[in-house]
Amino acid sequence: MVEPWTENLPTTFWIVLMGFLITAACGLIGNYLILRRMALVGDAISHSVLPGLAIAFLLSHSLNTLPMFIGALGAGIVTTVMIELIHKKTRVKQDSAIGITFSTLFAIGVILISLGQTDAVHLDAECVLYGEIAFVPLDLVKTELGPNALSVVKNIPGLNSEMFLNGNLLTIAPPPVIRMAVVTGITLLLIVVFYKELLVTSFDSGLSSSLGINSTVVHYALMGMLSVIIVSAFEAVGAILVIAMLILPGATASLLAHRLPPMFGITVVHALLSAVGGIHLATWLNCSPAGAMVVAGSALFALAWMFSPSQGLLQRWLGRELDELDEEDIERLAKGV
Amino acid sequence: MTDSPATKGEDIPLEIHDLTAGYHKKPVLWGIDLKVPKGKLVGVVGPNGAGKSTLIKAIMGLVPPSSGWVKIFGKTYNENRRRVGYVPQRESVDWDFPVTVMDVVMMGRYGHVGWFKRPKKADREIARDCLDKVKMLPFAKRQISNLSGGQQQRVFLARALAQESDIYFMDEPFAGVDAATETAIISLLHELREKGKTLLVVHHDLPTARNYFDQLLLLNMRVVAYGETEKVFTYELLQKTYGGRLTILSEVADAVGQRAK
Repeated sequence: MVEPWTENLPTTFWIVLMGFLITAACGLIGNYLILRRMALVGDAISHSVLPGLAIAFLLSHSLNTLPMFIGALGAGIVTTVMIELIHKKTRVKQDSAIGITFSTLFAIGVILISLGQTDAVHLDAECVLYGEIAFVPLDLVKTELGPNALSVVKNIPGLNSEMFLNGNLLTIAPPPVIRMAVVTGITLLLIVVFYKELLVTSFDSGLSSSLGINSTVVHYALMGMLSVIIVSAFEAVGAILVIAMLILPGATASLLAHRLPPMFGITVVHALLSAVGGIHLATWLNCSPAGAMVVAGSALFALAWMFSPSQGLLQRWLGRELDELDEEDIERLAKGV
Repeated sequence: MTDSPATKGEDIPLEIHDLTAGYHKKPVLWGIDLKVPKGKLVGVVGPNGAGKSTLIKAIMGLVPPSSGWVKIFGKTYNENRRRVGYVPQRESVDWDFPVTVMDVVMMGRYGHVGWFKRPKKADREIARDCLDKVKMLPFAKRQISNLSGGQQQRVFLARALAQESDIYFMDEPFAGVDAATETAIISLLHELREKGKTLLVVHHDLPTARNYFDQLLLLNMRVVAYGETEKVFTYELLQKTYGGRLTILSEVADAVGQRAK
């Protein structure tokens, strides 16, 4: 069972860290998608960032982070506007509008990619769809340390190991992992800073508008952030598995907690467990780690469904004990407060 | 107009001039003129589709007006937003949302807290007091999906109280609540009025409208009548508001139709 951690430690570490970061970022923003009943929009944007990436690639002739982010951001906003436009200006209902929008944009993306194939560097349609997290550790960046820096690094317990230090070569995280870590950190920061605004616009857009918090602006900001998260996760997990990572952690958390802050906590734990569980499953079956991580996440969802204290199947089989407990709770509170 | 609204209107909680508003370029409200004095409890009454909710939303800028203007204490809505409290229709939100009763009431403080900042202890105290006023304090830590309709409405009212406003707009606060809650709400509304607050309440039940409100606004896309309840609550005016439909038969039909929805 400890095989991935002993024989292939560096590879395993980077894959798990990447899987964790992706699932955490997707899961955190996914909570809001679920609460705003926009899970399908996440699905849509994960596909429609493709033309954005293709256009950014065709214009800049590079796969650098900045043009890709700008392309994804633009595609995310265009998707959101298109869905709104079709939904509001025609009789077409929102779910159909989503279907029209993302399939159209995805198709345009496919065309653009095949047009771009002649270039020296090319975007790979397969990679876009499925990603390959196993390739993440391939481009480790190593940096040569001078004697002074070396002695400093040697004194940092976590870094002074074979995994990071080889002679005087220090391994820095692979660029996709660094990028994902930054995106995940920003996501967390924004959720903390704009907690009130996100909460009130998600719960009651009427009240939020009357308070002067523009729910449309918040909506677009959320979609923009979502596009950036998706594009940073793309290379590793692709457009399809990323949907699972958007929905599974939040859905699991919603079964286990009744307030947003603990739900965020559970989301992060879910991300960690599915990344670790996934790598074990992948080693055992010798299969795609990204797929295995999603399956592990689904298993966690199933467990939550079985054992959730409020909505779990087990609880239902055991009868209505919880309701009785609740009544006592009220009485206790009524006396106490 | 010779008086500038800024000098004259400051003691007028709500002034509407020639307001036309609607959805998809189809006006629901036509040329609304209204001037509500301070400290009045005003019922907004009219048939389904008369634009009662739209009026409230248009006042608060949630529905963009195609013409006319609205002044709150002599200024635009945006300038005087903090003096306005809002109780949306209960069905407009998802009651399975992962928030507690306390979380919802705290949202009433958000307008005072401001961007980037966190609510302070004082805000929490105010929210607790407001919950206590609607007798929901023992439920503060409960998730909102465990509440009855009447309890949900009390939470919404507590949230509006927490806004500490001078004028309140309430959209059907009596819809689908139990008798005890209805009594509790009406005594709360009276209490607010005694404190000099102004309240505009959308109401769908004609018989009780007569007893509950100081003034009535009879609305059917236009203002049919506005004034003291005893002067406005007449057969002729109600007939005019509800068209020919103010017979017992059609009221029954409406009630059945509503339930079928």
